[in-house]
Order: sequence, then C-alpha cells, then structure tokens
Amino acid sequence: MSQDVAVVIEHLGGKIADIVFEMLGTGRELATSTGGKLLAVAAGQGLAPLAKELGAADAVLLCQGAGLEPYTPDAHQQALAAVLTARAPRITLVGNTSIGMDLGAGLAAALGWPLVAYCRGARLEGGTLVATSQIYGGKLLAEAAVAGEHAIVSMLAGSSPAEAGRAAGASAVEEIAVPAGGPRRVRFRRLIQPAAGDVDITREGVLVSVGRGLQSKDNLPVVEELARALGGTVSASRPIVDQGWLPKTRQVGKSGMTVKPKLYVAVGISGAPEHLEGMRGAELIVAVNTDANAPIFTVAHYGVVGDLFDVLPPLTEKIKASA
Amino acid sequence: MDIVVPIKMVPDLVEELEIDSEGRDLDRSSLKLRISEWDEQAVEEALLLRDKHGARVTVIALDTGDVDETLFTCLAKGADRAIKLLGGEAAQGSSRATASVLAKALKGIPHDLVLTGVQAVDDRDGQVAVFLAEALGLPHVSVVSGVEPAGPNAVVARQEYAGGVMAEFEVDLPCVLGIQAAREAPRYAPVSRVRQAMKTLKLEAAAAAAPDAGAGSTVRRLAKPDAGGRAEILEGSPEEVAEKLYAILKGKGLVKS
Ligand SMILES: Cc1cc2nc3c(=O)[nH]c(=O)nc-3n(C[C@H](O)[C@H](O)[C@H](O)COP(=O)(O)OP(=O)(O)OC[C@H]3O[C@@H](n4cnc5c(N)ncnc54)[C@H](O)[C@@H]3O)c2cc1C
Ligand SMILES: Nc1ncnc2c1ncn2[C@@H]1O[C@H](COP(=O)(O)O)[C@@H](O)[C@H]1O
Repeated sequence: MSQDVAVVIEHLGGKIADIVFEMLGTGRELATSTGGKLLAVAAGQGLAPLAKELGAADAVLLCQGAGLEPYTPDAHQQALAAVLTARAPRITLVGNTSIGMDLGAGLAAALGWPLVAYCRGARLEGGTLVATSQIYGGKLLAEAAVAGEHAIVSMLAGSSPAEAGRAAGASAVEEIAVPAGGPRRVRFRRLIQPAAGDVDITREGVLVSVGRGLQSKDNLPVVEELARALGGTVSASRPIVDQGWLPKTRQVGKSGMTVKPKLYVAVGISGAPEHLEGMRGAELIVAVNTDANAPIFTVAHYGVVGDLFDVLPPLTEKIKASA
Repeated sequence: MDIVVPIKMVPDLVEELEIDSEGRDLDRSSLKLRISEWDEQAVEEALLLRDKHGARVTVIALDTGDVDETLFTCLAKGADRAIKLLGGEAAQGSSRATASVLAKALKGIPHDLVLTGVQAVDDRDGQVAVFLAEALGLPHVSVVSGVEPAGPNAVVARQEYAGGVMAEFEVDLPCVLGIQAAREAPRYAPVSRVRQAMKTLKLEAAAAAAPDAGAGSTVRRLAKPDAGGRAEILEGSPEEVAEKLYAILKGKGLVKS
C-alpha cells in the first residue's frame, strides 16, 4: 500500500473533462494529508498532449494502446485496474460522470476496494477516510467513514474549483503496459452529436427553466409567456424532456447543456445535483418553488416560496405592462 | 430473448425527509416509498423491446415495504413475470450487497439482457448495474438511453455524456445495462388494470441469498445541507412578489423600463 492519491483522467475527443481539474485540486489536499504523491492516471491512445495539461500532478501514468481509444467500459476498466494494482494508491478519485459510474464501480468490484459515490468532499481524520455523499436529490448529506487500506471515491461536479487543479508544465510521465485482454464485449460504434436546428440554450441571455412542478405539458404557456416577456427562452430539467414535453436540446444539467445566462429563472425545479451542475454558473438565479427546503434555494440569489401558477402570471403582466 | 429488470423502492422526495434520533438514517416510520424514477424507464425500455422484437420481461425486487403494488403495476403494464426476493434485509442500504443478492438470484432466472435503473436517490455506494455485471462476469454500460437489438447476440446501447453527446456501443449478450431513459415516456397503467392484476395474477417469491460484501463504509451522520448561501426569499402576495422581482430585474438591466 502507498499513501498516494490517484485521479482518473476522463477525456473525450482529445479533451480532458473539467471535473478532472476539480479532482486534481481535491486530490492535492488529500495527498497533503496522507503525505503521498498525487498521481494522474489515464487510459487511451495519443495521450502525450493531454499529459501536458496535468502539471498539477506529481506524476502522470499512462496506459496507451489502440484498443483504448475511444473509451469503452471493459477495456478502460482493465487498463486502469492494471495501473491501480501496480501503484496501490490509498485513495482513487473518479468523476461522478457516465464514464465515472462505469469505472468507479467496475474498478471497485475488480480490485475489491470500497466505493463511496456522489461525494461533495473527502478528508482524512487520523488515517481514516471520511467522505460526504450528497443523496436524496441533494436534500441530504451522508458522512461516512470508509474502512480498509484503499478506497475509490466518486466526486460530484462542482465540489471544488477547477482552477486549483489547472497547472501547465510537465510532470514525470510514466507508461504502463496494456494488460492482455480477452475479446472485447463492448465495442464503440460512433459518437452522436445533439440535434441541431432548435435554439442553442447555451447562447441565450435569459432562460426560464421549468421542472416537474409544471405538472402537465398543457401548462407550458405559463413559462413560455414569462420567457417571451423577458426576451428569453424556455429550458427545462430532465423529467420534462424525458416525458417528451420539450426537446432534448432544452435540457439543462449533467446530461444536458451547461448554461451561463445573465438570468436563470428556475420554476418548479427541485435543484438536484445533476441539474445544478448545468446552471450554477448563471449570473442571476431566481427560483420559484412550493417547497421551502428545495435544494434549488441553496444556489439561487432570490427565491419565492410559492406556487408557480400564482407567482408567474402577475410577474409576466408586470414586465409586459412596463415594456 | 429474456429481459430482467430489477426494481427498487425509494423514498418519495416530494415528502419531507426526517432524520431519525440516531442521526444516521432516515426516520422510516412514516416514509412514503415509490419506484425509483429510472426503473420506470428501464421497465419501459424492456416493454418497448418486447413489443417490437418479442421477448419475455421479468421484473424482480427485494422485498422492501410496499413493493407488491409496484410489481403488480409492472404486470399490468405488460411484464410477463414478477419475482419478489424474500428476506434480503441484510442487503439493504448497500448497492454492492444488493447486487450480490441479485446476482445469486439471476443464476436461476434466464437473462439475456438485464436492465437496471441508475442512481437511485438513496444510493451511496455506487452502481448496481456494474456490480451485478461484475458478479455475473458480464459486460456492462451505465447511463444508457436507448437500446436496440444488433443481431441475435448483441444490442446497441447509447451512453449519455454531457452536452447532449452520446456514445453508441455494441454490447454482446448477455449483458447488464444501467438505464437512464427509455426511448419513449413510460406507459401508464390505469388503477383499474392494476387492481385487476392484483386479483388475477400472482407474484412469484424466492428466498434472497445472503449478500457477499457490503459498502465498506459506514454512515456516521446524515444531515441537511447547512443553510449558508441560501437565497434571499421574497415574501408577500403574488402581486407584491412580482413588484419586488420586477424591481430587482430592472435594477440589473434585465427588463426594459
Ligand atoms: C445520471 C443522471 C443524469 C441526470 N442528468 C440530469 C440533467 O442533465 N438535468 C436535470 O435536470 N436532471 C438530471 N437528472 C435528474 C435529476 O437527478 C433529477 O431527478 C431532476 O433534475 C429532477 O427534476 P425536477 O426538479 O424538475 O423534478 P422534481 O425533483 O420532481 O422537482 C419538482 C419540484 O417542483 C416543485 N413544485 C411542484 N409543484 C409546484 C408548483 N405548483 N409551483 C412551484 N413549484 C412546484 C416541487 O416542490 C419540487 O421541488 C439526472 C439524473 C441522473 C441519474
Ligand atoms: N432492492 C432492490 N431490488 C431490486 N433491484 C434493485 C434494488 N436496489 C437496487 N436495484 C437496482 O439497481 C438500480 C440502482 O442502481 P444504482 O443506484 O445506480 O446503484 C435500481 O434502479 C434497480 O434497478
């Protein structure tokens, strides 16, 4: 066992995921507590340019081979398991992303290490790893003590500032041999880009974003009218899109778009971590929700605890009348 | 093709969540449970595959409170079998333990394709789909929206990434996929049909095996996030609130004056 802290470097199409830089910041703090090194570990091919962006790490460990680009769950798991077995870090951080969900649990199972998921933070208390998971749609935090000499921690996006882990400059790069694999049972076919043609919500200055509080597709005009009065566009949380009330191009969040408008009005949206991930950078956030404890109020600047059907119409009228 | 969908009952987030006196778990005495949202999607994806390509759909669940009606609802929607695993309490609270129990149950249930949900709201130690696949020695993909057959021995699964991008994979059967969304909104079973299913159909029951491993971590404290950084709440009648909001937006140059 070492006292090192490893960060799994997620990348797609030659670009490192933002969450990696957040984790390098968190990883540095952890490594300071353990007294170990901060390792960046990546599987793929042609990774040399990416390694140059990982100056925050003490060492970059690369497992490269033709079968490792692009990402597939089984090949990457096998490669990263080989790296982690060789180095046996005390703590391994993965992003709580789609890829991180495959890898975190896959590596935990393959290596027999505990996994703590959906973490906002992790620290050492006298040698014991203590990790805090954000669960129940962001409504509760569970602080857990993790047993054993190794652990995998999957981190939520936005848990720490990415600046902390962004450092150019060379770290020592080390190549690890690709383990011999059996036949690949998951094969990459293609990447599908989001459909074009609809509005691009990432470019809108004002978004009126609607969630399940809307109750029915027939109620969409209530938010559309406010959006029109504000000269903005309607966006939505995931359930609205999953139910087919608005197109996927309007979805804000982890598996949708990341938006940074001047004004984001969240109506009937609870503020689950997956939603906040896509909008917490908005300049001004106003939330309308019947539940005073909704997590959306933790990121909103102004809040109204009330029924959207009572609150929106007079606001729309007021804006229209003053225009 | 045999499709198995494991389903989970989770606290309904519409209700207020109370923490028990020990401060390490929810107060479960008055907890309202519902099927995990993504399991509804997984059931729908299974039924869509069945409707279009023919398959047998089996839903399976650990016997946590209230699961019967949910299993009957799945039957009313068109699932072929519903199996309840009795006595799996030891597995509750850990995805990893749950997965080991499900893996043992699946040894005796035909399965070409296992569709779990993803990220149940109370999940703290990661992905059942992946742990289950590893325990069964099967390939897996998490956070999938959209599954289609690719010949007799494989399926095409789309994994969702940020920004609306998706990766399309071809996955050999048998496999385990964590479903985020079905290709269509989940179908609805009218209450009358669920009642009918409860009268005319039966749930199958089997004993849950003992779990292999737990989470490897122990909750010390469950708490609400601290109130720091909370929004400034605007009070008053809707008209008064509208005035206040208007003034704020005007002050920031976000509405014309
Ligand atoms: C892997 C993964 C990826 C995900 N990606 C995304 C994503 O990209 N984007 C996303 O949004 N979600 C995403 N989710 C889902 C996310 O976890 C939440 O389930 C979702 O954001 C909840 O949407 P919501 O707030 O609209 O609904 P709910 O959580 O159901 O909230 C509805 C809210 O409306 C309020 N309300 C009800 N009636 C009224 C009324 N009349 N007036 C005012 N308020 C009312 C309620 O108090 C409640 O707070 C993802 C989940 C997973 C597992
Ligand atoms: N008690 C259970 N009984 C049956 N399936 C379960 C149970 N717990 C979890 N699952 C399955 O695992 C999924 C949750 O996965 P995750 O939260 O990602 O670990 C659920 O959507 C179900 O498909």
